[in-house]
Amino acid sequence: MEQNKTALFGKTLAELQALVAEYKLPKFTAKQIADWLYCKEVASIDEMTNLSKKAREILNERHTFGLIDPIETKVSTDGTKKYLFPTEHDQFIETAMIPFNDRKTVCVSSQVGCKMGCLFCMTGKQGFQGQLSAGEIVNQIRNIPERDGITNIVYMGMGEPFDNLDEVLKSVEILTSEWGFAMSPRRITVSSIGIIPGLVRFLNECEAHLAISLHTPFHEERQQLMPVQIAYPLEQIIEEIRKWDFGGQRRVSFEYIVFGGLNDSPRHVKELVRMLGGIKCRVNLIRFHPIPGTPLHATDEDTLQQFKDALNNKGLLTTIRASRGLDIYAACGLLSTKAQAKRA
Amino acid sequence: MSNAESELKPQLLTRHEEIAPGVFVIGFKRQHDFKPGQAIKLGIDQEQPPRIYSICSGANDDELSVLFNIKEDGFLTPKLAELSAGDTVFASAPYGTFLGTNDPAWWIATGTGIAPFRSMVRSGMTRSKTLVHGVRHLNQFYFQDDLAAALGDSYHRCCSAEQADGVYAGRVTAFLAGQPQLPQDVRYYICGQATMAVEVRDLLIAKGIPFGNIVTEIYF
Repeated sequence: MEQNKTALFGKTLAELQALVAEYKLPKFTAKQIADWLYCKEVASIDEMTNLSKKAREILNERHTFGLIDPIETKVSTDGTKKYLFPTEHDQFIETAMIPFNDRKTVCVSSQVGCKMGCLFCMTGKQGFQGQLSAGEIVNQIRNIPERDGITNIVYMGMGEPFDNLDEVLKSVEILTSEWGFAMSPRRITVSSIGIIPGLVRFLNECEAHLAISLHTPFHEERQQLMPVQIAYPLEQIIEEIRKWDFGGQRRVSFEYIVFGGLNDSPRHVKELVRMLGGIKCRVNLIRFHPIPGTPLHATDEDTLQQFKDALNNKGLLTTIRASRGLDIYAACGLLSTKAQAKRA
Repeated sequence: MSNAESELKPQLLTRHEEIAPGVFVIGFKRQHDFKPGQAIKLGIDQEQPPRIYSICSGANDDELSVLFNIKEDGFLTPKLAELSAGDTVFASAPYGTFLGTNDPAWWIATGTGIAPFRSMVRSGMTRSKTLVHGVRHLNQFYFQDDLAAALGDSYHRCCSAEQADGVYAGRVTAFLAGQPQLPQDVRYYICGQATMAVEVRDLLIAKGIPFGNIVTEIYF
């Protein structure tokens, strides 16, 4: 009957309080369970030793602890690791752990596959297979060997976070609450292509940093690269972002994959500067990592540097993101479990 | 359209029709001019986030209508399905840039992704158009009488789970893959769910169509 049990891991304190009320357990049990789930190194309900025997029996009847082990690990020559996790619904997701200097950044997935169909993205090629629960998202952080040394979390893996916002927000709540992992929201960045209703809700309800996949400031080009532009145009995304203060601790950045001969011209510099003028932000330039069958290609290093310098010279803070984990397909835009999805 | 213009306004339903099992056309009096291919944001109140639906009626029709199927795990479509003519929905002004033109084009749709192309057909944009519509079951060729009358032999129906005379037996991707030559200098419009849209786009690119000639609208 294991398949009828639901995972405790991934439940917020409010959800745990509702559960213990339903089970007529003492109110303080919810906080105790949260402590075992998120603050202690245990992996079973039986190890929650400060819960009454009755409480453990009730929980064991209805729930699993909910941790899911990775089933495969690939290690890059640069130290980046890519973990393959199964999901509760027999699908698969990938998670990247990227060490760099004194930082360890975990890039988590929020969906199995993706609906957005961006032309440059490997995940988009596998289509959409399902949503991840908050537990499955946080599990990607809790259940890797590097968990104690993680400095940053980025929601930049498989999927569009704002297309699964309920679970993404719950996962951030678990990561940042005192009863949870107690991380600072300033160590978390959620990246989106800009689904506007999700964007508004995220900015209202969450203090984590925001990254927007921009990739070109021109409507026609962005529509070719990112079909979402038809439904949620960049102009509206920027209009919404302008309403918010990013001068304090919360940051907004714009991701920009640089494609040779497509979006790396002085015209693009000029329009980016105009479009983002007045917003305290950073532009992250990303090298394109070609995927099978793509009509796109990477810009050359000289052009990339010139593009960066041109933006900086115009007052737009711009950096180039280091490509990590290329040899294990863990770099930006390369995550995919299409092969596993076909086998399943 | 600015964010302010996307404000939802109440509209009285003048049409609520189940045209196939679990598939509905609903409509209300047209308040705005629009361009065929555009969409509206639609909700049942002004609190819950709206969803986006392509318009399936013509630019000159008195009624603005949309096509949807019930998604079992969806928030809005089960509620929309329970409404009746005379009930109120909340809709934005039309917007979007998945726009039909009078230039030659191939239109490729699956399921309810036929909606914007039906709007284009009803708006008279039928010259030099080829329409490929893929469905799983024969009763999912929505608006097929209208489309066949307007497009004649340029209207291709593909059905993956059932067979019938005049219907290609297989998926849209197989139909397209079997085309000996696709014109390189026309625009290709794709509308439907993500997996199909991405597969079709990849196939067209593999057949030499410049990606700049491909316009993709994904339902999500």
